[in-house]
Amino acid sequence: MNSSRNLTLSDALCEATHQAMKENKNVFVIGEGVTDPKAIFGTTKDLVNNFGVDRVIEAPLAENGLTGFCIGSAMSGMKPLLIHQRVEFALLSVEQIFNNAAKTHYVSAGKHSVPLVIRMIIGRGWGQGPAHSQSLEPIFSYVPGLRVIMPSLANDAKDMLYSALKEKIPTMFIEHRWCHYVTGDVKKSASKINLDGPKVIKKGKDITVVAFSYMIYEALLASEILEKFDISSEIIDLRILKPLNLKPILESVSKTRTLICCDTGFREYGISAEISASITENLFDSLKKPVSRIGLPNRPTPSSRALAANYYPTAENIIMEAKKILNFTDDILINMINYLKEKKPNIRADVPNPLFKGPF
Amino acid sequence: MNFKNNYLDIYKNMLRIRLVEEEIAKRYSEQNMRCPVHLSIGQEAIASGVMNHLNKEDKIYSTHRCHAHYLAKGGNLNKMISELHGKASGCCGGRGGSMHLFDEEAGIMSSLPIVGSVIPLAVGNALTIKLKKERLVSAVFFGDGAIEEGVYHESANFAKIQSLPVLFICENNLFSVYTPLNERQPSADLTRHAKSHDIKYLRCDGNDISKVNEFAFEAIEYIRKNNQPFFIQFDTYRHREHCGPNFDDELDYRKKNEVSFWFENDPIINEKNRLINDKILTENENKKLIDTYLNEIDEAFKFADQDSFPDPATAESFVYEF
Repeated sequence: MNSSRNLTLSDALCEATHQAMKENKNVFVIGEGVTDPKAIFGTTKDLVNNFGVDRVIEAPLAENGLTGFCIGSAMSGMKPLLIHQRVEFALLSVEQIFNNAAKTHYVSAGKHSVPLVIRMIIGRGWGQGPAHSQSLEPIFSYVPGLRVIMPSLANDAKDMLYSALKEKIPTMFIEHRWCHYVTGDVKKSASKINLDGPKVIKKGKDITVVAFSYMIYEALLASEILEKFDISSEIIDLRILKPLNLKPILESVSKTRTLICCDTGFREYGISAEISASITENLFDSLKKPVSRIGLPNRPTPSSRALAANYYPTAENIIMEAKKILNFTDDILINMINYLKEKKPNIRADVPNPLFKGPF
Repeated sequence: MNFKNNYLDIYKNMLRIRLVEEEIAKRYSEQNMRCPVHLSIGQEAIASGVMNHLNKEDKIYSTHRCHAHYLAKGGNLNKMISELHGKASGCCGGRGGSMHLFDEEAGIMSSLPIVGSVIPLAVGNALTIKLKKERLVSAVFFGDGAIEEGVYHESANFAKIQSLPVLFICENNLFSVYTPLNERQPSADLTRHAKSHDIKYLRCDGNDISKVNEFAFEAIEYIRKNNQPFFIQFDTYRHREHCGPNFDDELDYRKKNEVSFWFENDPIINEKNRLINDKILTENENKKLIDTYLNEIDEAFKFADQDSFPDPATAESFVYEF
């Protein structure tokens, strides 16, 4: 019996790691803080007690080296899971990721594999500021040979991490800190699933919204508001940003003939820019309106909540873009925004949920 | 393990490398090998001496200047020459070129062109060796430039803290392209970069094959017994330009007396003279050795010449391992 419990996404990731390590003795975990009392936001809890210091390695502060150690061990038969508490730490290791993790299978004409998973954590708000939780997924998605996964739903996150650890593709597994708090029905045992791309998580007919990671929750909220006013939106959780599987998006946009893409990162040169270009290339004649892109403005992230007030996109931005595409009246828009505020009173753009007291 | 005093075998190994490299240099202008080449001429003793004490199962990692290491460890010559020609039978199927040589059957895991990039891979392989409780050595060759990279220090620290069986071999040829060591570091004693990581070390003339052989033995014995890293600095000199088939001393970036000192300290000529003096080798036997190797090398070039290019349609393969 694979029963479900209501768990947070971070607990789900922790369970996936325990299961993968139990099933395969070649899986090991390495990173700065993986055995410390906070255990990477709880995601590596009890690993060291269960599997010992040989397989749960507390690392020196050496991100480029660590990445190389993982690549070398992966090429020689191990399955490393490397964890960075902040995505920015991985910037010190892009030489290893881009040149060695991504290319080795190709350059060796298939003789070498790099079955490596790197977990990286991004976020928004709570004064993280300019260099402490950026959405850098586009730079990893740029490089052929890497797989980039960004989960939004708890059970799906569990299955995707577990499955990535079973496969041989070097995988960047990027988690939004606010998604760690999300709860959902999580099966006791993770399943090996096909990591083949986007999924429709809500059916609709008037407008397609593509989002991923935390923006899924803003999209779901926007969809609820739009629905109240008889606008039905189809939400696609991108899940796997690279390699990009356009098929589910093409199918949805062929039906709705509209598209809003939501990034957690910058609007310019972002994931949405790629999707927008591809959809325009393929479905130019079917589109009712140009594709809309939602993302961060072209400036670094300020720390102060006063400066960050309008920095992060929310459900409101999605509703505004929907108005541009579907041409509903200003009155309807005002009613929608009022309804949104009613549904989410005291919404603060820089805090994930009322239980959260910082820091992260 | 016993000290291997087989100097004739080591000499043959060095000689073969030299002849392969000279043949590449000779044929490079024909423009059939259309990739950068970083020749090992002058630095052969280090590869041959170290490899004398490594078993086939032991792993090695190398750099852009990887030909000597590849050949000394027993890498397949045809696969190497084919790779330089961009042909299908090359070790990378034509996807890597001269700077990406590997031959897993001979324990040659990876060569990488970005300076320092390969060092942590060797340490990672040593981590596998530790976790799988294998009794192997992971050896990594790099130059005096690589030790300036942060990743060397990250790797040395981790190897020490995790007690990993890694042999760090620093080939100091005194130059990073055209920039001399004394403009880059305050001292030519690179063993200080082992000392600071509490790693045992040795240093010697890397062109003196007796010394190289002796020190490599001591280091590898220590690693096998103690499961601890070891560092050796071998001082040496490249004879030709950083990248390419030619001599480039007309550019005057190396002092004339330095160049003549090292050219006179040629590991292969010195060792040949010693072996002849000690009556282990005769001039005639040496000539026969050269003929045998030239024949083998000629066959390898013929093989590469006749080998087909990879099918352009396969350029899309192996981006992802689904």
